[in-house]
Amino acid sequence: MKASAASRNALRAGIILLVFALVATAVLAFTYQSTEPTIARGQQAAKLALLSQVLPATLYDNDLLTSRKSLLPDDLLGTRLDSSMWLAQRNGKFSAVVLEAIAPDGYSGNIALLIGIDANGNVTGVRVTAHRETPGLGDYIERAKSAWVDQFSGKSLSNPAAKHWKVVKDGGTFDARAGATITPRAVVRAVKGALEYFAKHRAEFSAPPAKEPSA
Amino acid sequence: MISLSEFRSLFHNGLVKQNAGLVQLLGLCPLLAISNNVVNALSLGLATMLVMASSSGAVSSVRHFIPHEIRIPVFVLVIAALVTVIDLAMNAFVHPLYLVLGIFIPLITTNCIVLARVDAFSSKNHPLHSVIDALAMGLGLTLVLVVLGGIREIIGQGTLFSGIDLVFGASAKSLVLHVLPNYHGFLLAILPPGAFIALGLLIAANNRYNARSTQRARAAIPVAA
Repeated sequence: MKASAASRNALRAGIILLVFALVATAVLAFTYQSTEPTIARGQQAAKLALLSQVLPATLYDNDLLTSRKSLLPDDLLGTRLDSSMWLAQRNGKFSAVVLEAIAPDGYSGNIALLIGIDANGNVTGVRVTAHRETPGLGDYIERAKSAWVDQFSGKSLSNPAAKHWKVVKDGGTFDARAGATITPRAVVRAVKGALEYFAKHRAEFSAPPAKEPSA
Repeated sequence: MISLSEFRSLFHNGLVKQNAGLVQLLGLCPLLAISNNVVNALSLGLATMLVMASSSGAVSSVRHFIPHEIRIPVFVLVIAALVTVIDLAMNAFVHPLYLVLGIFIPLITTNCIVLARVDAFSSKNHPLHSVIDALAMGLGLTLVLVVLGGIREIIGQGTLFSGIDLVFGASAKSLVLHVLPNYHGFLLAILPPGAFIALGLLIAANNRYNARSTQRARAAIPVAA
């Protein structure tokens, strides 16, 4: 019978597709299982390497990765979702903090930043972790592309004075390349915002670590 | 297993006659997105070649078990699974390289040249031929990518090989060539429109070259009236 031959063919095709899907799933599951620990280790190492770029090793002796805490969204940080911070301690005393911040007004959307600030409110380092600025034009904010972000190191809310926390073109002290001012302007504003956030919450950072994490 | 002339015709096919970028015009999405400098272009090209070779080999070895009606879903399944495996393996074992190439790997799945070659060639041919065909096609695409990347990088930034230190470590930084010193850049070349314009010019040049060689061939062999 013709109909049954057709349906037998369809069934056969379906079973073959199922077998391929099962084999593919098995291969993927196996690969995921066997690579997952290595990938997790790599990501931890990469995170730590990134943190140590904004925080000199002399400033802390605690395990930074486990010091991570969640922060609620805050306008000064430019965050709309919870962000992370890492508390650095030296000899059991608060020595610095690393904050995640967002510059929401880049040339093409958000610029994600990692900003280290020491106990006295001085910037210890800034790194751009994600952005979509124009390649070859606005991407010099990446440390891999140029040393531009290094000029923030050692700066604080009083150095330079608040009205000079701008790019040179706007009458401030921060350098920016001709043709791409929107990008550095956004980063400068975000770093300033993070410093203001730090000033506002300094007491909470330097308080001795609570035994139980508060909500 | 494979004769020299077959080998040569496969490569001629992949590099010239049916070049993925200039003749078949397949896989243009990643081609246009990534060709803003030579290093990116070369990296994406090599990664695509790897995916093409492995998926062609895989599909070709099981080609007798795949019913014609469901071949496309099976091919997509095989390609997607292989891309994911390569993505995971690179992330785990060559992490520095993954940081540079990682963004391109998922892009390869969007590249229809992979599926096109698997459907047009690997599903009908011996695995060895299929892998060589995929390598030749991938090489053809890589060449176009690199030329396009070179043109866009020189015109856009006045350099060649910028970013090579991201692939080979900081010591490779000295390999960056400043072709045009004190060049202020020409943004259009780096932005997507520059990719379309440069690719259009490349295709035009290729067509002109092909038209000429056919003309010459016709002139050389007198056609009986």
